Amino acid sequence: MMFEDEPVPGYPLPILPGHVSPGRFERVLRAGAFAVTTELAPPDSADPQEVYQRARVLDGYVDAINATDGSGANCHMSSLAVCALLTRVGYAPVMQISCRDRNRIAIQGDILGGAAMGVCNMLCLTGDGVQAGDHPQAKPVFDLDAVSLLQIGRMLRDEHHFQSGRKLSFSPRVLFGAGENPMVPPLEFRALRLAKKVAAGAQFIQTQYVYDLPRLRTFMRSVEDLGLIDQVFLLIGVGPIRSARAAEWMRNHVPGVHIPDAIIERLAGAQDQAREGRNICVELIQEIRTIRGVHGVHVMAYRQEEAVAEIITRSGVLEGRAPWNPRRDQNSADRKAS
Amino acid sequence: MYRVRLWSVRHAWGLNRFYSGFERVLVGLAPLWRAIGYQRLERPFVAVERGVKGLLFDCKMCGQCVLSATGMSCPMNCPKNLRNGPCGGVRADGRCEVRADMPCVWVLAFAGAERIAGGIDKIGVIQAPVDRRLEGHSSWLRVAREGSESRSHGQAP
Repeated sequence: MMFEDEPVPGYPLPILPGHVSPGRFERVLRAGAFAVTTELAPPDSADPQEVYQRARVLDGYVDAINATDGSGANCHMSSLAVCALLTRVGYAPVMQISCRDRNRIAIQGDILGGAAMGVCNMLCLTGDGVQAGDHPQAKPVFDLDAVSLLQIGRMLRDEHHFQSGRKLSFSPRVLFGAGENPMVPPLEFRALRLAKKVAAGAQFIQTQYVYDLPRLRTFMRSVEDLGLIDQVFLLIGVGPIRSARAAEWMRNHVPGVHIPDAIIERLAGAQDQAREGRNICVELIQEIRTIRGVHGVHVMAYRQEEAVAEIITRSGVLEGRAPWNPRRDQNSADRKAS
Repeated sequence: MYRVRLWSVRHAWGLNRFYSGFERVLVGLAPLWRAIGYQRLERPFVAVERGVKGLLFDCKMCGQCVLSATGMSCPMNCPKNLRNGPCGGVRADGRCEVRADMPCVWVLAFAGAERIAGGIDKIGVIQAPVDRRLEGHSSWLRVAREGSESRSHGQAP
């Protein structure tokens, strides 16, 4: 996919009327395409090449790459730094901001800093508790929550000042998003929680893993009843499970993951469990795509990033569309030259 | 351990009604509080408030009480201090992600809010981030002061 007004990679696109960011991801969403995002697990390393290597396997299959912010409360390279590296070569990263590790002074600074580095999309999250990660002895901050963080983000962008009231000389031009988990209690109020996030400024949503379609359909009906369908871009979280054992482990150890027994039984009964996990993922994407109000999928394939390309190709959701990647411009330049 | 807190949520309707009346008295008595001096009243108020709300709600004295907008379940008991709804980590049985022995304060909040007229709508109101300077101060005195001030300015309380 190419826009005719595209600049040199790494530079912002012109902001179209009705858009808030100079980013490619917002263009894709507002153009009505079925968007595909994925996440990049930041390395336990200070080597930028490790970030680029992890991004390269996604080239041509995704519209945006989430850089997780200490996901599962485990320590890794910071989300801001990963995003800054990715924007340098033109990728469209989604900077995840968790409320667990930083207070409002640090977070507002990071929003400005991220935007200055060319980050056009930010995802406001509560964050997993520190008990889930590798530093359970750390102090949980939680100065803000996801909703008040969204509000502060919007304040920086649209009202041009910090929460303190102090003015900005140039506002961050960012599409703000939030997470949601339609799979866990209180189920009947999850859509209301979404409505609150939209009211606070969420423009796109990326959900936690969805393996239970009936539960998702119930949630989406409530979302529709609340009149939210045209107000927010909803990307449903999916991902391949490597084996029945991995599914059991995720269900018991990763906060907020709901996997129905039927999925685990299907995995356990398969000869090649990893392949069956990818099959399930492809089928889920194809089903999810038909649900009204869904604008895309967010593929989370932790330690199986190389499977993303296959899953996206087999699901057919790109419909022949080739999302931007650094080699696309290189390839078209080569073609012109020859 | 959480028995009284659960009782309070079950009786959210009654507690909310009681508090509405209590708030009117607090605001009505503002001239008296002003005469005595808010500064002088801070310590006795804090002592009573801590005792009563501590028993009923495991109050953490954040100083900016939102109990009537959270179904009488105190959001400061959430290990993540979430004041705008539950996180995505709530366990399948409705217990807290961080403290598995504790029911999620937001699952309780919705249960309590359903017992209060308009309670669910109130949960929908976006709560501003906590002002940490108010921690340990009396929420009741602040309500009395702000209520009487807005009244004297001719605004709805």
